[in-house]
Amino acid sequence: MPLLEAAGITKIFGKLTALDGAALTVGENEFHGLIGPNGSGKSTLMKCIAGAEVPTRGKVSFVNSDITAFTPTERARAGMSLKFQITSVLPTLTLYDNILLALQAQSSLFDLVFSRTRGVLHDQVMTMLTQFRLADRAFDPAAALSHGQQQWLEIAMALAGKPRLLLLDEPTGGMSLEERRVTGELLQPIKQHCSLVIVEHDLDFIRDICDRLTVLDQGKVLASGTVSEIQANKSVQEIYLRRA
Amino acid sequence: MPKSISVVKQALDANDGGEADIAMAERGPANRAEGKSKGQATGHARAGRKILPIVEGLVLLAALVAPLVLQDYLTVFATRVIILALFALSFDLVWGYAGIMSFGQALFFGSAGYGVALLARDVNVTNIFLVLPAGTLIGLAFALLLGGFLLLGRHPSSVIFVSLGTLTGSYAADRLARGWYYLGGQNGIPSIAPMSLGSYEFSEGPAYYYLVLGILVVVYLLCRFLVRSQFGLALAGLRENEQRIAFFGYKTQHLKAIIFTIGGAIAGLSGSLYAFHEGFVWPNMVGVVVSTQVVLYVLFGGSGTLIGAVIGAVIVEGVSFWLSDNYRDIWPIILGVLLLLVILFRPLGLISFVLGERERVGSFGAKIKEKPNAAP
Repeated sequence: MPLLEAAGITKIFGKLTALDGAALTVGENEFHGLIGPNGSGKSTLMKCIAGAEVPTRGKVSFVNSDITAFTPTERARAGMSLKFQITSVLPTLTLYDNILLALQAQSSLFDLVFSRTRGVLHDQVMTMLTQFRLADRAFDPAAALSHGQQQWLEIAMALAGKPRLLLLDEPTGGMSLEERRVTGELLQPIKQHCSLVIVEHDLDFIRDICDRLTVLDQGKVLASGTVSEIQANKSVQEIYLRRA
Repeated sequence: MPKSISVVKQALDANDGGEADIAMAERGPANRAEGKSKGQATGHARAGRKILPIVEGLVLLAALVAPLVLQDYLTVFATRVIILALFALSFDLVWGYAGIMSFGQALFFGSAGYGVALLARDVNVTNIFLVLPAGTLIGLAFALLLGGFLLLGRHPSSVIFVSLGTLTGSYAADRLARGWYYLGGQNGIPSIAPMSLGSYEFSEGPAYYYLVLGILVVVYLLCRFLVRSQFGLALAGLRENEQRIAFFGYKTQHLKAIIFTIGGAIAGLSGSLYAFHEGFVWPNMVGVVVSTQVVLYVLFGGSGTLIGAVIGAVIVEGVSFWLSDNYRDIWPIILGVLLLLVILFRPLGLISFVLGERERVGSFGAKIKEKPNAAP
């Protein structure tokens, strides 16, 4: 049974059909890339999976339950996590507090009011910051970070709650080549405990880290398979890889 | 910012690791590196608070000595101001910390005022240990009802919906009070018996003043505890990016309803103190004018700091009092211009003259004990 199964996802905005029966299946510990030309519906599909958009038709199943009507909060509590396309760290809070905020999300009200998990979570906060090479900036406000570092912080926040599935929408957008390489390195270790769906324009980056790819075109799935299968696929080459 | 204040602020900031980072960021990279190493060496997980306790201490000191130096009629005025400061605190929690724009905070203030006035008029209950909890509960219950309706949907409500909803609530309550004979209509309920404790009656003057000051200090400390806890961090997340923290798994609607209800309870407590202090209640107390007044206190003093709300209430009321005495005809215009100037040029309120952004937002991490060998 796959971890995530989205089937027949259709999303219509007014007269625009952004998704037209798209499907995505992700297994345990699988890194799955979602690619396609601009406007092909990648981000919309991510949003429908994460709960930021409600699909007009279709069904999303996660860990064997139908989550189509779940709110983002319910999805997060079920083990799904999203990093937005636009960086949305909390700029006035310190890096430490950004991570703590993500870590304590499922603490009880009593624990929050009496700060009972503050000490317990400290090591986890520092581990996340160290893992994402941000420990020396722990007490700076997030606004003081470079764009690339903010993306890392946000990935760290998305991973803080130990999700079973992480959805990353363009994690390397606006990053330098070196930052992209490091991002790939940072993501590799999470494979042991987490699956990943990643929307990304940088095809080299996608090829390097993903096991499987799904190619969208005009809201429909054009092809889905392993990286080498997709690379060999003629229609994909025509619409997409050729341009890259 | 005036130069002298700015210099003092930087000097104070530089005394502590977390704050030093911000101050030094303005002065250049070399100093910044130095500040950071200091911050790390001391293992600061929490930006120390230097300015805020000083401001809080000064305000408390001034409040403690006020009745000793003020004439009697001014002590009565000061008591009213302290009660309004307590009311302002309730709005600061809701708006300054949780980002919920409540334009109907007077609904909880006034309904509690009416509630205790009816208790005193109809059932002769004036015991402080009954009327103050009753007023608090009335505020809490009304806030729970309205907050439940406005905030507890399956999906987050928009800011406009909440502000219009609270405004409508306040307006409707005002109209209801004006038209309802049982509540005294336009005239409200006059001549409320004084609040009592056994045979002792709390009448206007220093005793009432110190009673409300004591209550303000206790409520202030409870609010301070709350906003600096991990719950306070969740509120900061709510205020800055509600959608983002919902994706972490926070039940954001619940958080909002909880803080809104706590705000309602504090407004109710202040409303009941106000009713007994003034000796009467009238429809304005639940209406839009008082609802707007409390917004101005907090905007003027500085939201999201607690002490800013208190300072805002004191200054707005104090300046109004002084202006109305000296410029009888045009004082509302002068006050309006003053408020406008502060809101235009100091959107974070008067408190931002002395308080930096980093200290205002605060830091919530675990406080790490300094290792003796790691001291700089």
